[in-house]
Amino acid sequence: MSKKEDFVKFDKVDKSYDGKVLVVKDLNLDIKEGEFVTMLGPSGSGKTTCLMMLAGFETPTNGEIYLDKNPISNIPPHKRGIGMVFQNYALFPHMTVFENLAFPLKVRNISKDDIDKKVDKALSMVSLSEFGNRMPGQLSGGQQQRVAVARALVFDPSVVLMDEPLGALDKNLRESMQYEIKHIHESIGVTVVYVTHDQGEALTMSNRIAVFNDGKVQQLSSPDKLYEEPVNSFVAEFIGENNTFDGEVYEISNGTCRVKLEKGEIIANPISVKSVGEKTTVSIRPERALINPKDKMDNNQKGKIEEVIYHGDHTRVRLNLLGNSEFILKVPNSSQNLDIKLGNEINIGWNSHDARALDPK
Amino acid sequence: MSSETGKILTTDGIPLEESLKQSEKKNKIKAFLLVAPLLLFLIITYMIPIGDMFSRSIDDKMVTNMLPKTYKAMENWDGKELPPEEVFEAFYLDYKILVKNKTAGKLQTQLNYEKNGFKSVLKKLARKQKKFEEGNYKEQIMKVHKRWRNVEYWRAIKRRAPSYTYSKYLKGIDMYSNEDGKIVQVSEDRRIHRILWIRTVEVAFFVTLFCFLMAYPIAHLLATLPMKYSNLLMICVLLPFWTSLLVRTASWMILLQQQGIVNDFFVWIGLVADDNRPEMMYNKTGTYVAMTQILLPFMVLPLYSVMKTISPSLMRAGKSLGATPATAFFKVYFPLTIPGIGAGCLLVFILAIGYYITPALVGGASGTLISNQIAYHMKSTLDWSFASAMGLMLLTGVLVIYWIYNKLVGVDNIKLG
Repeated sequence: MSKKEDFVKFDKVDKSYDGKVLVVKDLNLDIKEGEFVTMLGPSGSGKTTCLMMLAGFETPTNGEIYLDKNPISNIPPHKRGIGMVFQNYALFPHMTVFENLAFPLKVRNISKDDIDKKVDKALSMVSLSEFGNRMPGQLSGGQQQRVAVARALVFDPSVVLMDEPLGALDKNLRESMQYEIKHIHESIGVTVVYVTHDQGEALTMSNRIAVFNDGKVQQLSSPDKLYEEPVNSFVAEFIGENNTFDGEVYEISNGTCRVKLEKGEIIANPISVKSVGEKTTVSIRPERALINPKDKMDNNQKGKIEEVIYHGDHTRVRLNLLGNSEFILKVPNSSQNLDIKLGNEINIGWNSHDARALDPK
Repeated sequence: MSSETGKILTTDGIPLEESLKQSEKKNKIKAFLLVAPLLLFLIITYMIPIGDMFSRSIDDKMVTNMLPKTYKAMENWDGKELPPEEVFEAFYLDYKILVKNKTAGKLQTQLNYEKNGFKSVLKKLARKQKKFEEGNYKEQIMKVHKRWRNVEYWRAIKRRAPSYTYSKYLKGIDMYSNEDGKIVQVSEDRRIHRILWIRTVEVAFFVTLFCFLMAYPIAHLLATLPMKYSNLLMICVLLPFWTSLLVRTASWMILLQQQGIVNDFFVWIGLVADDNRPEMMYNKTGTYVAMTQILLPFMVLPLYSVMKTISPSLMRAGKSLGATPATAFFKVYFPLTIPGIGAGCLLVFILAIGYYITPALVGGASGTLISNQIAYHMKSTLDWSFASAMGLMLLTGVLVIYWIYNKLVGVDNIKLG
């Protein structure tokens, strides 16, 4: 069975709540069967609205959503066969864990034996076999979360939606749940659409990430590409840490460009600049800039150390470089070349390929 | 420290338990003093009146106190044949004092309750006893009226010997203890209280049902509407609370009477003929309509407070799991509102079962309830002990309902807000 390329398809979807402001603008998004796609973005960027339209709790103002090539705008939520994990779990507090899981099967008139089998299987999948008779209120947050995931999967839906499911958990639990959900997804191969505002979560779990801002998908690509090759300054800023320089292009040739800053100049990789004279924001990841580089690099600058913060596995160094006093470096603590002291002048180098000249902020 | 040592000591050597008690003592006294006024208030305004009501309802000392010598002499009488001379003598002496003090009338009335025709016999005795000679009172009394030879009349006196009686309670359910001391029903044409009890429970039940049916959608709307509209709706629900009960009932009288607005409207739309206007007041219909409207907020508020806590994502979860909106409602939403339903129904039912003003004004003859009967005995017949007995029976009924509810649903499941 080959995987369908556009199993879930948003086709030119607009959504407005009040008839004045578009929350989602001209959204086009294809999701492959079995894929784990995360919608990532700040609050108010329209990602949850998209999820609700897919689940059927909101209707698109314009455009159409297709599930396995069928338009679903006119299908009510209970007929879509889409599992959903809610932000606050939405477990039924008056039912036991077992009854919660049996609920979607009962409403489908599945025989009692099959219900027992499926629920047991789902409970063991989230390693909660012992907890079938508990009430949700007697479970910890992480356990409730696992029940919610099991309930969304127990009726074998083709798509599972998750709306910031880990938001209420503490940091350690959240991380272990991320792996657990990822492993469940890998083992059963269901299509997952996941919404979060936590970039770490998105990078850990997803096959592809759709970065939302202002009702639009800014970039849709795999986590590594998103981090290494952001296509605009919003994505560069939103995902991971980022050093920026604002300037103006004054020369473009052979895949590099020269950007003139207020003080000095940078050789950069022209991503969204086309011609001389354009304003641009150059983005450099902190770990791409090296101290006293051994290899030859085409950007070499001197910077003054303004702040040193110890972070355990690495040290954050804040420099004043080319007039930018917020330039961050991450230095692994195993490295030996440490004349990193407050006030020292050090040599910094990076490749022009890693300095991406994006749209101006 | 191991647990075998038993007591854990604080640093200065006092057992921990004791020092905890010491340190908590002040707080406990403070807490008690804070609730003391309320406690006192409850005792004075609630416990004492109920106790008084109870003692009044079973009190039967009047006759006992009027015939002290007679009852002392009757102690050894088995009631099978006519009593011996001592009893006649004692009765003559007691009755003489009563006649002298001009309180014989009360005894006549009381004993007439017990045995019909006693009054005239006693009146005759009151006239004749002035001429009685000393000694052989049995002969002299029996000569006054032949009924004194009938042992039934003496038994009637003896029945009133105990200073406590439950006869008022029997009367409340249309029963009485007859001459032989057996508890029997009163004749069919005099059974009024049982009809009233049944009607009271029936009205309370249906008013509760109507309130529930009307309040559930309102409360749901209140809980789900945006703040802007729900506030307005809440004011509409609460507005009747700010109006006097009497005004509301009176306005129903204006609406429901035969020449009233509702009837006019029915005639105008051609639902009924002008000369055949239905009676919607001074019967059960009027009681139902007015009481439902007046008690509605008591159902809406507990329901609302429970519905407010139910997350809308639960219904969504139900639907996303494949339940139709109706299934999701009955399997998910409705069970979660049961604490509110329980609280609202209990509140409305208990209020309705003791409702007084509204049925008195719009109920007419077929729409009055047991509380109206209680008021009637309080104000008109002045039979306070009977009114007390019925009041206590009503209270007991409410407590029984509360107990049943607790067994079925559990009182700790109630949520009032």
